[in-house]
Amino acid sequence: MTQPSRGGEYDVAVIGGGLVGSALAWGLARAGQTVAMLDEGDIAVRPSRGNFALVWVQGKGLGMAEYAGWTKQSSDDWSGFADLLYQQTGLDVAYRRPGGFMPMLSEEDLQARANTMMRLHNQPDMIRYPYEVMDRETLRKELPFIGPDVVGGTYCPLDGHCNSLRLLRTLHKGIGLLGVDYRPNHRVERIEHRDGGFRMTTAAGEVRAGKIVLAAGHDSARLAPMVGLSAPVRPQRGHVIVTEKTVPFLHHPTVYVRQTDEGGVMIGDSFEEAGFDTTLQPGISSAIAQRAIRFFPLLGKLNVVRSWAALRVLTPDGFPIYEESQTAPGAFVATCHSGVTLAANHALTLAPLIAAGGLGDRFAPFSARRFHVPQAA
Amino acid sequence: MFRRLPEIETAAEAVAFTIDGRPANARAGDSVAAALLANGITACRNTPVSGAARGPYCMMGVCFDCLVTIDGTGNRQGCQVRVAPGMAVETQNGKREVER
Repeated sequence: MTQPSRGGEYDVAVIGGGLVGSALAWGLARAGQTVAMLDEGDIAVRPSRGNFALVWVQGKGLGMAEYAGWTKQSSDDWSGFADLLYQQTGLDVAYRRPGGFMPMLSEEDLQARANTMMRLHNQPDMIRYPYEVMDRETLRKELPFIGPDVVGGTYCPLDGHCNSLRLLRTLHKGIGLLGVDYRPNHRVERIEHRDGGFRMTTAAGEVRAGKIVLAAGHDSARLAPMVGLSAPVRPQRGHVIVTEKTVPFLHHPTVYVRQTDEGGVMIGDSFEEAGFDTTLQPGISSAIAQRAIRFFPLLGKLNVVRSWAALRVLTPDGFPIYEESQTAPGAFVATCHSGVTLAANHALTLAPLIAAGGLGDRFAPFSARRFHVPQAA
Repeated sequence: MFRRLPEIETAAEAVAFTIDGRPANARAGDSVAAALLANGITACRNTPVSGAARGPYCMMGVCFDCLVTIDGTGNRQGCQVRVAPGMAVETQNGKREVER
């Protein structure tokens, strides 16, 4: 039974029931808050159901060392997070951290990649982590099935992956066990800040809470200005192909190809600016399939069982936004495109801070105020 | 146990093939799935995740429950392939192997 709190029925309302919202709701409830999680209906864009399931570190954070550190922290905490979920729910989200590869098909690409990794690690305040630039023969010892076109690649022992659909299911089961009030079909139409709390007009009635967290992915762009925040996110489409299940042969995830815990091979990593359109483009699917076959020729033997397109939630610089409203204190926004990688942070670090009342200086670099610069004349 | 209609039993030419290395007989025109059923094999595989037994269900290419290894290639839909003389059909235990 939830207890009334200042300003509303709940201590916190989390708006959004995807991976970011669910991880936050789980962490908030674990920190003793009474929580409602307001989700849309099945017409929502739902990137959490379409992603590639990497828990990925290498290469992230060029331009914002704090993001690289934040990502590394989540990767370091992921195993303990998965254990907590398993102890609570009995469900295994299949997190593995065997280290990940970024294979390359030309010397030029390999050199550019090596430069990127070096520049990333040369940033001031960078929390460095191990990685290697490998030539073809070194790479082939780890990935014996690479094709003749692969010239080498980069490796980082921190990279891993999980079963992201099971992660979402597990978080939903976990928040249920923690007493979170999950409310589907509660698209938030309007948010008002008054009497020290928040009133949300939703498709299924009013909900009141003392604090709110906008974790609505694409819809946070619409919601944030209602509470004096901004979340300038745009959709970026990516295609994914999945093959039939096969006996494990690919023991490390790569950015482009990974084998799931259940044996299917996922092929991905396309980027298209296509607005809110999840239509599958056969030309793009075939391009990523052909590239995957250059990396691993034996994939050409496998049957494809499913393919889809999903929409990343991207800010202008690609880094997350975490911020508390200055004009409506108690309203927070959390948005990123790495809801899988950062799930451990959202659950174990960010949620307890929101429960305790504030984000603190560490999160200043993640404020959307970084986008509020005057346009050049 | 499945039985052939009598007119099919006598009309069509016999085709010799193997199931898991053992000699078996089908009739010309049989799909691999039909030939397995006619030979008393009702479970042609078990599933990659839970290991549950599966057998041909729809016989028209939709259910993917008749997957078998045919001449060394895994996960073929038995109902969509005609049995041929000398064909090696193997029931499938779990996941396909990518190298075969």
